[in-house]
Amino acid sequence: MSASSTAEVPFTAKTKVGRITDFVDQRVGGSGILREFGRKVFPDHWSFMFGEVALYSFVILLMSGTFLTFFFDPSMAETHYSGSYTPLYNVEMSVAYNSSLNISFDIRGGLFFRQVHHWAALLFVASLGVHMLRVFFTGAFRKPREMNWVVGGVLLILAMAEGFTGYSLPDDLLSGNGLRIIDGVIKSIPVIGTYISFFLFGGEFPGTAIIGRLYVLHILLVPAMILLMIVIHLFMVVVHKHTQYPGPGRNDGNVVGYPLGPVYAAKAGGFFFIVFGVVALMAAMFTINPIWNYGPYDPSPVSAGTQPDWYIGFVDGALRLMPGVVNDFHFEYIIFGHVLTLNVLLPALVPAGIIFTVLFTYPWIERWITKDDREHHVLDRPRNAPTRTAIGVAGFTWYCVMWAAAGSDLIATHFHVALNDVTYWLRALFFLGPVFAFIVTKRVALALQRKDREIALHGRETGRIVRLPHGEFIEVHAPLNDYKQYRLVGFESPVPLPAEPNEHGVVTRKEKRRAALSRWFFEDRVAPATPAELAAAHSHGHHEAIESGDEQRTLSH
Amino acid sequence: MGNHSDGSPNHSGTVATAGQNAVEKFQDPGLPPHRLRLADTDPRAAKRAERQVAILFGISVIGTVIFLVSYFAIDLHTDGSIATIRTQNLLLGLGTAFAMLGIGTGIVHWAKALMPDHEVSEERHAIRTEEDRQAAVRIVDDIVEETGIKRRPLIRNTLLGAVALAPLPALAVFGDLGPRPDDKLAHTMWAPQDGKLKRLTRDPDGTPIKASDVTIGSAFHVIPEGLNELPEGKLSAKAKAVVLLMRLNPEDLTISKGRETWNYNGIVAYSKICTHVGCPVALYEQQTHHLLCPCHQSTFDLTKECKVIFGPASRPLPQLPISVDAEGYLVATSDFKEPVGPSYWERDEHERLINS
Repeated sequence: MSASSTAEVPFTAKTKVGRITDFVDQRVGGSGILREFGRKVFPDHWSFMFGEVALYSFVILLMSGTFLTFFFDPSMAETHYSGSYTPLYNVEMSVAYNSSLNISFDIRGGLFFRQVHHWAALLFVASLGVHMLRVFFTGAFRKPREMNWVVGGVLLILAMAEGFTGYSLPDDLLSGNGLRIIDGVIKSIPVIGTYISFFLFGGEFPGTAIIGRLYVLHILLVPAMILLMIVIHLFMVVVHKHTQYPGPGRNDGNVVGYPLGPVYAAKAGGFFFIVFGVVALMAAMFTINPIWNYGPYDPSPVSAGTQPDWYIGFVDGALRLMPGVVNDFHFEYIIFGHVLTLNVLLPALVPAGIIFTVLFTYPWIERWITKDDREHHVLDRPRNAPTRTAIGVAGFTWYCVMWAAAGSDLIATHFHVALNDVTYWLRALFFLGPVFAFIVTKRVALALQRKDREIALHGRETGRIVRLPHGEFIEVHAPLNDYKQYRLVGFESPVPLPAEPNEHGVVTRKEKRRAALSRWFFEDRVAPATPAELAAAHSHGHHEAIESGDEQRTLSH
Repeated sequence: MGNHSDGSPNHSGTVATAGQNAVEKFQDPGLPPHRLRLADTDPRAAKRAERQVAILFGISVIGTVIFLVSYFAIDLHTDGSIATIRTQNLLLGLGTAFAMLGIGTGIVHWAKALMPDHEVSEERHAIRTEEDRQAAVRIVDDIVEETGIKRRPLIRNTLLGAVALAPLPALAVFGDLGPRPDDKLAHTMWAPQDGKLKRLTRDPDGTPIKASDVTIGSAFHVIPEGLNELPEGKLSAKAKAVVLLMRLNPEDLTISKGRETWNYNGIVAYSKICTHVGCPVALYEQQTHHLLCPCHQSTFDLTKECKVIFGPASRPLPQLPISVDAEGYLVATSDFKEPVGPSYWERDEHERLINS
């Protein structure tokens, strides 16, 4: 076959690895792939590592999780504990909880693996979240990466589902109460809620089926979907090539960074071991989910200060914030003889629904407003897109208010304030927090842009004070070099795009709305400094410092 | 609004527009010149970096040894105390951490200090070429044409119908995941069995409670008599039947019409399952007579028949009608008069069923 023809090529690899590669290549023909990827360029920036952390935590989860499956038994049959943890000796419990205790106390390294698994799971969702914030604030979701942003959003939902199914498995008191809350939320769904609850639990809560079912979801279905999404995600990263931060020598037509082999591969590969090491360190030193303290699940007791894992917190917090009764107004209606329990349904579905709807559609919303159909491979610095940054911080603040509400009781006990007051304040912040965050963030972003402009035009402050012959004191400003200057001025600053008539010469109502949004997006703007302005600033000569004071006023009136 | 805050000096009437550079912009000066590292110029620095990398890899070896020693040398079966487990967990973790961090930091240091650090610029290519696009569009058109699906709507429509219906069995096969709810949520174990009233017993041991045991200010966690003896479904029965029993000064109780006989000398029993999403309402504030759910902080006022006074719950906790039997033990005179726990779609229907 073609292998023989390849073999005839008078080419021998210099290294042993090269010869092995050649051997494999003659049999599978991988040289095309290696040629494409071997030296593929990846831009380097600390903020690009969040996605890597997520990927590596997932690998750690697969490895530690596989170990745990060898010992975990997801049965809800009754048994009596006879392991080495004496406080629970002879206590009646499910086989699932029994095997979780055995993993913790009777299998060498079992506790370590459980803690690695749980810490890695917390880290997985956290790094996913931070990675998505990075992508949002730098505008990396723009064309051509909108679909990959959606895949990322799906991954976040899957990660949360995977986390929830996972921490329910030990069948301890804490996770059982978590399931009970889920059951309550499911029952609030109109028409089919009761049926879903009975089908999920195999009868009445808690039944004897749920742990086994969650187990299949947790170790098979959801991880398989996560894996599939990760493959699609990475495939698209390869197709698009990575984005890069703006700077001298970087533009939408190129990609600047280190070649995959050896530097980037070494750094990324080494980083896997670092992430693993840090997770191991946490598992060694910090207890997570001490199920032996909670006891087996029993519908009667509950511990004070119960909380879900952090990523479910915002839903739990929303549940806490919603009042059930305001004065004498009940949020539970009876319509045509059926119960609509809005005090559960609204907080469980609406905030999460809004967050994920906006998250999934945002790339298209911004594209519609800006009418920008170009490809973007150079990122925005967050300050250079003030309105987008403000929207992101507003959303993040909203999320954080709900998340904080999930700890309202702990806030009250730790800071010695009334629980009711904490809830009232958080209810107010639920509505006011995002508005406040939007205004403040936008102002901060514009102020930072003005500072950049200032430095670009007048140079950096040297801290050297000079007295002029007529007695005036000025601070000497040193001009920037071309590269630093370009970092401050090399960005796009769009202006509002007025409504345009369509092909029939009509300005539609939708177009007017778009124009209004465009005005809202871009009317407050700080344009990048231009060479003409720089020349003008220089011609002011020694009066730079004074002039800059004047200009500051001009900029901010 | 104009350009009032566009940041350009007041003499400048023009601003840069997206995509079209109306104003002259700064030229990209290109990649900054590459700066050599110490290890590139000084062979001794390179040698030093090499040694550091080797030391880091050596630390990894030590970590692996720590792991193996603590795995095999610490035997949980001869000494299964918590302290031993904790020590082993710490050593296994530290061993793994050293093993991994040694390799990781070693490789990264190697890459940063010794591997070439020239940044490379690579052209981006279009995701698709125009030629490919046209060819692909033609292929799709040809395929659609060759199937003749446009010319034969009968085939198309029947296919759509069949495909739309085909997933239904895939949904239907999940029908046996659970039984139909029917009116299971409407009843609890408290209903009198064969005319015999159920005694209130202590959770978890199931010993009956005498009215005289319940002093003013005290609270009992209660399960129905016979719960612990259930052959199966104990937890599911308990999840509906748990009750809180408290005694108040009878003058403190506000009693609505029809409930006059539901308490016994100020002893009242309420469902412990929160009407919000079903957590156990486990906290009793003796002084204020408030019941608090630790999950979402719904607060119920015991003196007002557990009316909601704070938090996300919307309905009062259901009250269990109680009395005493001939021997002085507390008994439930009937089941709850409404379904307990969180609201659900058929709840109102069930409530009417119970009271009919």
